[in-house]
Amino acid sequence: MTDTSKQIEGRTGPWEIVLGLEIHAQVASKAKLFSGAAVGFGAGPNEQVSLVDAAMPGMLPVINRFCVEQAVKTGLGLKAQINLRSSFDRKNYFYPDLPQGYQISQFKDPVVGEGEVIVEHDDGSTFTVRIERLHLEQDAGKSLHDQDPNATYVDLNRAGTALMEIVSKPDMRSSAEAAAYVKKVRTILVYLGTCDGDMEKGNLRADVNVSVCRPGAYEKFRETGDFSHLGTRCEIKNVNSYRYIQQAIEYEARRQIEILEDGGSITQETRLFDPTKLETRSMRSKEEAHDYRYFPDPDLLPLILDPAWVKRIEESLPELPDAKKARLQTQYGLSAYDAGVLITEQARADFFEEAAKGRDAKLTSNWVTNELAARLTAAGQDIGDSPLKPADIAEMVQLIEEDVISSKIAKDVFDRMWAGEGGARAIVEKQGLQQVSDTGALEAMIDKLIAANPGQAAAVKEKPQAIGWFVGQLMKETGGKANPGTVNQLLKAKLGID
Amino acid sequence: MSNLTSLTLKAALTGLADKSFSSVELTQAHIEAVAAAKPLNAYVLETPDKALDMAAASDARRAKGQAGALDGAPLGIKDLFCTEGVRTTACSNILGNFVPTYESTITANLWRDGAVMLGKLNLDEFAMGSSNETSAFGPVVNPWRAQGSDAKLTPGGSSGGSATAVAADLCLGATATDTGGSIRQPAAFTGTVGIKPTYGRCSRWGVVAFASSLDQAGPIAKTVEDAAILLKSMSGHDAKDSTSLDIAVPDFPAFVGKSVKGLRIGIPKEYRVDGMPAEIEQLWEKGIAWLKDAGCEIVEVSLPHTKYALPAYYIVAPAEASSNLARYDGMRYGLRVEGANLTETYENTRAAGFGTEVKRRIMIGTYVLSAGYYDAYYVKALKVRRRIADDFDQAFQKVDALLTPTAPSAAFALGENADDPVAMYLNDIFTVTVNLAGLPGMSIPAGVDHKGLPLGLQLIGKALDEGTLFSLGGAIEKAADFRAKPSRWW
Repeated sequence: MTDTSKQIEGRTGPWEIVLGLEIHAQVASKAKLFSGAAVGFGAGPNEQVSLVDAAMPGMLPVINRFCVEQAVKTGLGLKAQINLRSSFDRKNYFYPDLPQGYQISQFKDPVVGEGEVIVEHDDGSTFTVRIERLHLEQDAGKSLHDQDPNATYVDLNRAGTALMEIVSKPDMRSSAEAAAYVKKVRTILVYLGTCDGDMEKGNLRADVNVSVCRPGAYEKFRETGDFSHLGTRCEIKNVNSYRYIQQAIEYEARRQIEILEDGGSITQETRLFDPTKLETRSMRSKEEAHDYRYFPDPDLLPLILDPAWVKRIEESLPELPDAKKARLQTQYGLSAYDAGVLITEQARADFFEEAAKGRDAKLTSNWVTNELAARLTAAGQDIGDSPLKPADIAEMVQLIEEDVISSKIAKDVFDRMWAGEGGARAIVEKQGLQQVSDTGALEAMIDKLIAANPGQAAAVKEKPQAIGWFVGQLMKETGGKANPGTVNQLLKAKLGID
Repeated sequence: MSNLTSLTLKAALTGLADKSFSSVELTQAHIEAVAAAKPLNAYVLETPDKALDMAAASDARRAKGQAGALDGAPLGIKDLFCTEGVRTTACSNILGNFVPTYESTITANLWRDGAVMLGKLNLDEFAMGSSNETSAFGPVVNPWRAQGSDAKLTPGGSSGGSATAVAADLCLGATATDTGGSIRQPAAFTGTVGIKPTYGRCSRWGVVAFASSLDQAGPIAKTVEDAAILLKSMSGHDAKDSTSLDIAVPDFPAFVGKSVKGLRIGIPKEYRVDGMPAEIEQLWEKGIAWLKDAGCEIVEVSLPHTKYALPAYYIVAPAEASSNLARYDGMRYGLRVEGANLTETYENTRAAGFGTEVKRRIMIGTYVLSAGYYDAYYVKALKVRRRIADDFDQAFQKVDALLTPTAPSAAFALGENADDPVAMYLNDIFTVTVNLAGLPGMSIPAGVDHKGLPLGLQLIGKALDEGTLFSLGGAIEKAADFRAKPSRWW
C-alpha cells in the first residue's frame, strides 16, 4: 500500500523520499575515548589535550571503559544486539585537526548491531525505524578558519572525545519523520544519560542520506533488500537542528527530483547544508572521496565484553520513554497524547508523577504540560530548575478538586504563585479567592438582581440562553468567586426555567 | 682504572657493590670511550653531564644502601625511546630537534633501577633498515673489520648504534627494538647478545612506533647474563600500552647457567635456504652439537609457511608504518616546510623530512591498504601471519625451543646493498617469522667466519618462555666460548 500523503508531486508524476540517518552523539563522559584527557565545555583552546590527543611520538590509546559502558547502555536502549566481540579500525586521512592522521573508529565489527526505535508522528501514531549499527569512534578537533585571514587555528579540545555513531536503515519517508526520529533517539539517549543531547553545542548531530524514487520502488526494496530499487543517495553532513534537518531534506529532495525530471542523474556525493540560503551544496563527489584505508588498529586489542557485565548494565537501565508512556497511560488513565507530551523529558514526567500523587491525574497533566511548560519556555528554564515544585502544583490542583477555586481563578492563583506570592492555599485565603458556594448569600443576591431587572427576567423565560447575562452579573458582583455550578442551579430555580 | 669499559654489566655491578669503583668513575670511563669513538658514529647525542649527575646520585644512593638492580650502570639508549628533556629523533629529519616532555616506560624502568644514561644511539630512520644506513645522522660503522681489510662494515640494523656501542665497549648495555630482526641481526653482526622478548613483555609506550603489532623492545648486551639482567628491568605490565601483558616478570638472570639437559630443540628444515654460506651451515651444526653435548635432544621440525614470511612481513609492517607515520605532518612538532597551501605544506614537509627507505615503505603500506588491493595484500598477509603462528604452535607441541642461524651472512660492507632493497630485506629472513608470531628470539655470538667476522645463532622460544632461552643461550655461550673482540682501530 502506497501512502500518497508522503508523495511529492513532480512534473512527470509523483515521487517519494527515502531517508537514512547517521546520528553522531557525543558520549556523556568526563574523559576522552582513548586518552584520559578531560572533556568539558568552556575550557580555553587546547587546554584539554593530552599527549595522546596531540599524537606525540610513541603515545598509545587505551580504551575508556566507561565510554564502552555508555555505548552498551545505548545499544540496550535501542533494543539492539550487543556484540560481545568488537574491534577498532583506523580511518586514515590527513587534516590538521586530526593529529594522528587517522581516526580510531569501528568499521568492521561495531560494538552494537541491529536494533529498532519506535517513533511517534505528531498525531500520536507510531512508525518503526530499524537501527543498522552503533559504533564508537573518536571525534576530531576543531579548525577555526575565521581567526586570521591567512591562517587556520586548530583547537584540539574535542580531539579524541568519544562519539557514538548510530546508523539507521533507510526507514524514514519524510522530513517530518526524520526530525521525529532524531527527537526520539535524543530522548532515549538523554533518558539513558549516555549523551546530553545538546544539539546547539553539536553534541548531537546527524548526517542525512537522501534519495528519491517512484511510488512502489521502496516497497520493492523492503521486500528484497535490494538497494538498486532506490535512487542514488546524497549525504548531507553534520546537520545540527530539527529544523535544519527538515529544511535540508526538503531542499535536497526537490533538487534531486528536478534533476531526474530534466533527464539527468544523481551523482553520489557528500553535500553541506547552508542554513542561511536554505540549500545544500556539493562538498565532494564519490570520485573525490577519500580512500580511508581502513585497517584494524594494531595498538588496540579486540574489545571483548563479559556477558555478565552486559547483563548488569541491562538490569540497571532506567525506565525508557516507550515503557514510561505506556505506564502513564495505564496507571493514570492519561491519553496517548498527554502521556507522549509528558515523556519527552524525563524530568517533566517525574515532575508530573510527583505532583499527581493522590490528585486528579488529567488535571495535573494539563497544568504541567500547558501552563507550567509555557511559563518555563518563556523564562528559558528547564523543568528541573522550575521555581514551582510538584507540591505547589498539587496544592493548587487540590483546591480545584475541592471546588475552593474554579479553573479560571486557578489561572490567577498560578500567576501569583509564579510571581512568588506563596503557596496556592495561602494566596487564595489572602486574596479571598474562594468560590462562593454559600447558597443563602447567592440567593439573596439573585433575588435582588431579578427584582432590579424584571425585563431581563422576563426575557429569560422566552429565551433560556439569556440566563448568561444573570450569570455574568453575579460573577462580576462576586469577583468571579461564585461557584458557577451553584449559580446556574439557583438561577434556573428562581427564574423558573429548566 | 683503565679497563672499566671492558667489564660486563654483571662484573661492573659487582664492582660497584664491592665499592671497587664508583659509578662516577665507571661513567667517566665510558664518557671518555664514547668521546674517543666518534668514527663509529654510534651515538647521535651524548649526554655526559646528565650521565655524571645520574652517576653521582647513584653513588649517593649506594652509600645509603638503597641501590637498585642496575644502580650506577651506564647504558646507551636507542634514539627511538622518548627521553624526557633529551632530544629524540628516531634518526629522522622529520623529528628535527624534538624534545619529549615525557619518558618512555622502558627507560623510566631502567632509571627506576638506578641506571645511568650516556646518550642516544644511532639507528636506521624510524627503525626501517638492516644496515643502519638509512639514518639521517649517517651510518654506524661496525667496530669489526674483516681480516686484512680497512673496509667499513655495517653493524646491521636497525639497532646498529646499540650493537656497536656494546661491541666497542661504549656502554655496559643498550636498549634496542626489534620489528623484524632489528635487535638480533645487529647483535649477530657485532658479536653481542640480543633478545627480542615475547610481544607484550616490554611496554611500547613512549617508543616511537614503526609497526605496532611487531615492534618490541629488548636489550643488546655483552653476555647472556647481562641481557637477562637488563630485560628483567625493562619488562613489566604497563596500563598505558593496551598490548602490554599483565604477567609477572620472571627472574631472568636465574635461568642463566641452569642445566638444559633433556630440553628438546627443534631444527626447522625450511631454514636451510638456498645460497646460505657454508660457514653459516657449519656454525649451525656446531650449535646443534653443543646443545646435544649439554644434554638436549635434537628434533627436526617443519615450519612450512616460512617462505611466505618475508613477503607477508613486508606488507604488514609497511601498512602499519604508513599509518603510524601519518602524525609527522609538520603541524605540531618537528620539521615543517611551508607551502602555498595545506596540501603543499604536507607534501613539502614529508618530502624533506623522510628519507628514501621510509618513503618507500610508506608508499608500499599505503598501496597495500588501498581500496581494491586491501584483500589481495593486507588481508592475505594477515592470513599468512596466522599460518606462521600455527606452524610455531605445531612445532612447540614437540620441542621446547628452536635453533637457527640469526642472519644469512656476516656483516657486509656499507653501501653493498644500498641500491637493492630486496637483497637488504633478505637479511631478515630468519628473524621476521618470530615477530610475525610474537615469540621471543635471541641471538648469541657463536663464532667467526673465515674473515674473522662474528656470526650469531638464534634461539626461538615459546611465548613468555624467555627463561628457557636464557638457559639455552647460556649453554651456547659457554660452549662457544666466544672471546674475540674487535681491535680498537678507531
